[in-house]
Amino acid sequence: MRKTRKKSKLKDLWRRLKRNKLAVAGLVVLALLIFVAIAAPLLAPYGYSVQDSKASYAAASPEHPLGADKLGRDLLSRLIVGARASLMMGSIAVSIAASIGIAIGATAGYFGGWTDNISMRVLDIYQSIPMLLLCITLAAILGPSLQNAIIALGVCSVPGYARLMRASVLTVRDKEFIEAARAVNAGNARIILQHIVPNAMAPLIVEITMGIGSCILAGSLLSFVGLGVQPPTPEWGTMIAEGRNVMREHPTLALYPGICVMLSVLSCNLLGDGLRDALDPRLRN
Amino acid sequence: MEEQGNLLEIRDLAVEYHTDEATIYAVNHIGLTVKKGETIGLVGETGAGKTSIARSILGILPMPPAKIVSGEILYRGNELLRLPEREMRKIRGNKIAMIFQDPMTALNPIETVGFQIAETIRQHDSVSQVEANRRACDMLEMVGIAMGRFGDFPHQFSGGMKQRVVIAMALACNPELLLADEPTTALDVTIQAQVLEMMQSLRERLETSVMLITHDLGVVSEFCDSVAVVYAGEIVERGTVEDIFDRPGHPYTLGLFGSLPRLDATERRLKPIKGRMPDPTNVPEGCRFCDRCPRAEDRCSKSPPAESEIAPGHAVKCFFAPQR
Amino acid sequence: MGKFIAKRLFMLIPVVLGISFIVLLLLAITPGDPAKMMLGTQATPERIAALRDTLGLDDPILVRFVHFLGQIVQGDFGTSFMTKRPVFDEMITRMPYTLLLVSVSLGVSVVLGIPLGVYAATHHNTWKDNGAMFISLFFVSMPVFWFALLLVRFFGVELRWLPLSGIDTWQSWILPIVATSLGFVATIARQTRSNMLEVVRQDYIVTAKAKGLPERRVIYRHALKNALIPVIMVIGNMFGLLIGGALITEVIFGIPGLGQYTIAGLTGRDYPVIQGSVFILSVMFSLVILIVDVVFAIVDPRIRAQSGRNNSKKRKVGNQIEEDPQEIEA
Repeated sequence: MRKTRKKSKLKDLWRRLKRNKLAVAGLVVLALLIFVAIAAPLLAPYGYSVQDSKASYAAASPEHPLGADKLGRDLLSRLIVGARASLMMGSIAVSIAASIGIAIGATAGYFGGWTDNISMRVLDIYQSIPMLLLCITLAAILGPSLQNAIIALGVCSVPGYARLMRASVLTVRDKEFIEAARAVNAGNARIILQHIVPNAMAPLIVEITMGIGSCILAGSLLSFVGLGVQPPTPEWGTMIAEGRNVMREHPTLALYPGICVMLSVLSCNLLGDGLRDALDPRLRN
Repeated sequence: MEEQGNLLEIRDLAVEYHTDEATIYAVNHIGLTVKKGETIGLVGETGAGKTSIARSILGILPMPPAKIVSGEILYRGNELLRLPEREMRKIRGNKIAMIFQDPMTALNPIETVGFQIAETIRQHDSVSQVEANRRACDMLEMVGIAMGRFGDFPHQFSGGMKQRVVIAMALACNPELLLADEPTTALDVTIQAQVLEMMQSLRERLETSVMLITHDLGVVSEFCDSVAVVYAGEIVERGTVEDIFDRPGHPYTLGLFGSLPRLDATERRLKPIKGRMPDPTNVPEGCRFCDRCPRAEDRCSKSPPAESEIAPGHAVKCFFAPQR
Repeated sequence: MGKFIAKRLFMLIPVVLGISFIVLLLLAITPGDPAKMMLGTQATPERIAALRDTLGLDDPILVRFVHFLGQIVQGDFGTSFMTKRPVFDEMITRMPYTLLLVSVSLGVSVVLGIPLGVYAATHHNTWKDNGAMFISLFFVSMPVFWFALLLVRFFGVELRWLPLSGIDTWQSWILPIVATSLGFVATIARQTRSNMLEVVRQDYIVTAKAKGLPERRVIYRHALKNALIPVIMVIGNMFGLLIGGALITEVIFGIPGLGQYTIAGLTGRDYPVIQGSVFILSVMFSLVILIVDVVFAIVDPRIRAQSGRNNSKKRKVGNQIEEDPQEIEA
């Protein structure tokens, strides 16, 4: 019974999302990116670190569709493999941030009182440090690596999810079905996990979708300043940084990875926009 | 062409709402007249199309999705629906004003109530700011609010007080016709009585015609001269208060009374009307009330009944209406 | 109003204490020994021990916290390892550049973003709206540093219209400001548009129309003013994002501001610089949020009411009516 209701809800959401062509486009591009990232070794025509001194700064050609960099490494292959790091930064960082944020927000919202008060004041302080500054600082202090960049991104994004979850829980908390669950003596943990969180998730879905985009964006910045993925592993931000030095002669080396970042962030944002409209009860008819 | 004494005449008005998925037939070819100085009650369930009628008169339907597909609205012989926006603005708030259902949301939260009343005055009468403010203060006093509260913001008033402000705003330019869209529904019962009483005395003083939209028959009997019963976007019965209350001709009107508690009732139970209003996106071919009507026959579901006048000024849209 | 500001200033105290604590913690979470890391692998144990002592690394965290607070109050953030100059002095000389970049960018974003958002909202569901919003989304989704590089390549290298970097002439500020603000123009435009569309649905807008007000007045006086209230909030938060953006733009365009200093400190693991910059930038951000809150309360009477007693407003309102007592008596 509950399952079918959930199913029809999802179906309903999909039906409304489908009407938004831009959102569908975002979804398609995102799916494509995920596929490329997973199948990268199969898709890439060359290994990402295969050097070929003869191909140094090669122009676009049948052998190197997008040209090659200084060391003669195939740009297309590097872009394809680079999708992995970017998507990993986006998805893992958001998973970390969202799970911590949801836990904090749900607890604060559900229990209220001093639990709520203290968590919110701590978040206030936390958020008084500009997010990107905190992120760069954490990444630098933990030491430059993909793993630490992901941790830094994740830790910095927690407050947004926590606040949103708290607000969402507050609207759900006093609904009758929660009263009913309490009446049958369900424990707090059970009520939160089974009843509150699923019902308060709608606004978070949008935030998570867009959050993946902003983490990819911030992650590329970390790599750009040398605090993320370390060479020779390709990552779009790192590649922009490498291309920067030869911007004058070979602008495409920095151009293409930037376009990749932009496309992936754009598709997250388009999908997020579409989801928001599809979830907005006022736009339902 | 203007009939003697008719302030407003609605002919064959039809309003539809178009959304991506469906067309809602909100108002279906209705006709209605409001006489000078008269108070007419528009009675019907929520969603019957009463508000759409009122908003069509003022030309403030949300377009799109709303669309007026036919009809004319004559105000003192002027066709309002064809009036250019510029001319229409001179009528809105000046000659015809409106009171809204929910006073909690009808006032701009970040402007003082005094400003909002004075703004109406300045829009229509060329007076100085000082003069407009003075008149706004008078209006406040008139609806029973101390003029010292001129500079207060809406959130500093209770619901009933806010509705008084809305009424003051509507009456600020001394309109000839006041459209009151469920002015008391959102208020507490005790406040309802106060606000209605105040409206009654103001109406008498200012000689304003009123179109009172409500689902409360008690209010109608106390307040109105004539009544139009609205069901699923149609006027199913209209007449004077006496016609409707003493000699109701439409089964729906009868049903409305059956669902009212009466002090002199011998029956123990209220009789609610069974079923619900037809889906406005998919209206039945025949009589709209057919599915819920205790007297429905075959012909009722085949074609809609025409309106027949069972007594002078008392019209019913039903096959079973007693013929004159 | 005065009380509101006082209350809000008072609330700043725990925030500043909190920031200081987090800044102190930055050292504590460093994997390994920060002293060793700063001095390099060749350092003698004595030198490391000496540095640990200066940094107070062996003291309990609370002792260090109190010590740190004492230093901050005196404006002492220590001495940079790299430049051997006091961090505070260096930050003061660099501050104006960052403030200029951030505030002008913010100004540009507001001045362009709000009208663009109103334009899109008033043309809702037309190609103008859709086009403006799609392009905005492009700018929101773009990495700022990449866009900055493209700007330099095109306007600096290709067309030679504008200087590549530096701060010698006013022209050299154009590219950094464009690079920093474009994304935020888009953000503000999108926010303004969605707020406008939300507000236009409100009952009081119908009321305003029903009063016979012209469309223009309904939109600009009644709708826009209400729609801008949440935008003010966004502008405050954006200041934080702009500081983050300035970190990178300053590096790319060679602007000797706080951002460049911070990034240099971070890549060189210059702890006093890191601590000082994070502290100063965060406090700056908190002050801006405070100002935003005050503006918020001025614009929105409901917020003022929530903050409790506000006699000044009542008095002001009284004046408004009694401007001309004779008129009212008459």
